[in-house]
Amino acid sequence: MTCPMTQFQVLLFASYAEAFGSSVVTVTVSDPATSADVVAALRNLPGGSTLPVAPVVAVDRRFTRGVVRVEAGQEIALIPPVAGG
Amino acid sequence: MMRCAVVTGPITPATLLTEVTTAATGATTLFIGTVRDVNDGRAVTGIEYSAYTEMAREEMERITQEAAHRFEGIRAVIEHRVGLLALEEISVAIAVAHARRTPAMDANRYIIEELKRRVPVWKREHYQDGGRVWVDPSAATSTAPAS
Repeated sequence: MTCPMTQFQVLLFASYAEAFGSSVVTVTVSDPATSADVVAALRNLPGGSTLPVAPVVAVDRRFTRGVVRVEAGQEIALIPPVAGG
Repeated sequence: MMRCAVVTGPITPATLLTEVTTAATGATTLFIGTVRDVNDGRAVTGIEYSAYTEMAREEMERITQEAAHRFEGIRAVIEHRVGLLALEEISVAIAVAHARRTPAMDANRYIIEELKRRVPVWKREHYQDGGRVWVDPSAATSTAPAS
């Protein structure tokens, strides 16, 4: 039996975008999926080894805490340490 | 009244002050963040700001709403600039007005502290020695200069 898969386009910024060489990358993970699955898939891509142990994830432009369920169509972003002001 | 924006051009503080000030506001505070010439002992020539623009605007709106809840009656405007800024250029400006000075000052302080903690904006410092580093306030010290 084949596991259903879901594709996510993940937004990257600043040092993360530099590490991956792109401001958006596509990952495919098993459905149902979590934010941890998306991060794990990112680690397997070139540049992924530079991610911290627990990178901050935003879903639909809101910060998440811990591991959350993610669904196709949601806007997922990895947020490097912020430095505004 | 509130307005939050990520802008690509110069910030004009007088515009923000005009927006928040009314006949009923007896106290107005203005915070201005500018590019300074030294960080961690290295001579800085400029700072390149970038943002997750939509989320940055929404997060600034959430912060302003929190401030309005804590300090009832404030009027607030925030502008954060992105792009390459030269020394002394304004990176962020926050204007807050209220009938009284204490909530005007406290709300402005609350907004800038939360902005620095939460708003998805990043800066890469450009140094006189040619190095460029993404600033990570969560790190104990700045990382080594990028090539």
